[in-house]
Amino acid sequence: MLKILTSTLVSTTLLAAVPALAQESDADKDWSNIVVGTEGAYPPFNFLDASGELQGFDVDIARALCNEMGVECSFVTQEWDGMIPALQNGNFDLIVASMSITPEREEQIDFTNKYYNTPPAVAVLKDSDITDATEEALSGKTIGAQVSTTHARAAEEYFPDAEVRQYPSAEEYKLDIESGRVDAVLDDVVVLDQWLKSEAGACCKLLGTLPAEEQIYGEGIGIGLRKDNEKLQGMVNEAIAAIREDGTYEEIQSKYFDFDVYGE
Amino acid sequence: MTDLTASAPPSTEKKKPGLAGILFAGFWVVVFASLAYYLAASWNSDLFARYGLPYLEGLWVTVSLVVSSFVCGAILSVPIAFGRMAESRTARVPSFLFVYFFRGTPLIAQIFLVYYGFGEFRGFLDSIGLWWFFREAWFCALFTIALNSAAYQAEILRGAIESVPKGQWEGGRSLGISRSVIFSRIVLPQAMIVALRPYANELILLIKGSAIVAIITVYDLFGITRQAYARTFDFQTYVWAAVLYLVVVEILRRLTNFAEARVTRHMQR
Repeated sequence: MLKILTSTLVSTTLLAAVPALAQESDADKDWSNIVVGTEGAYPPFNFLDASGELQGFDVDIARALCNEMGVECSFVTQEWDGMIPALQNGNFDLIVASMSITPEREEQIDFTNKYYNTPPAVAVLKDSDITDATEEALSGKTIGAQVSTTHARAAEEYFPDAEVRQYPSAEEYKLDIESGRVDAVLDDVVVLDQWLKSEAGACCKLLGTLPAEEQIYGEGIGIGLRKDNEKLQGMVNEAIAAIREDGTYEEIQSKYFDFDVYGE
Repeated sequence: MTDLTASAPPSTEKKKPGLAGILFAGFWVVVFASLAYYLAASWNSDLFARYGLPYLEGLWVTVSLVVSSFVCGAILSVPIAFGRMAESRTARVPSFLFVYFFRGTPLIAQIFLVYYGFGEFRGFLDSIGLWWFFREAWFCALFTIALNSAAYQAEILRGAIESVPKGQWEGGRSLGISRSVIFSRIVLPQAMIVALRPYANELILLIKGSAIVAIITVYDLFGITRQAYARTFDFQTYVWAAVLYLVVVEILRRLTNFAEARVTRHMQR
């Protein structure tokens, strides 16, 4: 009996010690090195180019922010639906992956101010009989969206009579609308627009944009950080304001878009 | 029948546990106690009300998909196993290649290939009247998992049949019994004793392996879990899924024990 008790005590102490060792407090760090997490499968915001390098609006904005803050940044890619746990586990320090600032996410992590805000939209096959992006027109149809996104949520809330199918990344729903397994797809207008202009998007056309309801989409796209990390949050917010001010933001924006993505 | 007693289960005489054993058991006791404590402490009736039913539906998708795939795989595995044991090359080579391919590549790659790959050939599949089948994610999952499992089950079946000593065949022949009766009444019952555990293993692996079907939009238990997690960011969602998987596997384990006791009852002393 004593043996069992001792061994139980030993194992409990060991278990308790592990997290304590792993976590260095965010407040004590000097943030001269920052690891940025992104998805790498959401063109034109973040994607891997032919040589496997991370590219995109998010990536360029992150680089500009690091430059502005005078810190070394490195990037890691992470599957979308593990993004928040990976941040919390300390795999990286910032999420720069076109993540909407929603109340549900804010219970888990903090966000900086928004760095862009674009509306959602619906795309269909070119020869589709769907004529409007309305609840009636899409009733009984199948809509594809990326899993764990505000867009998947919006598809369910905006089109309650449609069947929503959720894909691991944008790549898969694009394949499935082309083969006719889904009738429509819902995503950010910029993401859909870029795809439709490319050769891969030749199958489909934009049906229309949707209003970005605040209870689903929040106040725009922000940069995610761990809770109780005011120091880094302050640094990034200042850097966002600075690149908006000095024209760096416009420069990056014009590389990808011929319209304003910041909003307001 | 002296061979058979040699393969009887090993003795289960109790030994006193050593220090390492106690430490090890203590570790697991703590893990399970903290798990139970965690689930009790973070009990959230909202979460339960919202996702209780979807979880059970997801569990049903998992179980029905695995059972149908396993049964289809079992049927398919018979000709493949006999092909592997056949004398003629024309029977041996294709069945070897089938097993080689499905055992040598990951299930997730096979599912991707079937679902998204066949989607590219919609026109062709339409023209031969098969698109209705491959259009549905559930059928694609069934198709792939059944083929994958057929490869493994064929090897289990072949190994089990070959493990029955040749003397059993010869003995039957010397009594003037026909080959098909020797096979079905003498060889197969003995082979099934050997095959039972590997079959149960395969079923358990499928239960767990099927968790990948969410990537092709089949909402099995794990697919529902991912959705629930995406909405709540509560790790409980994963813990509950793990608990449900454990329950299913435990039921299977007990059924296997029961089945084993039944097929080996002539060897019990």
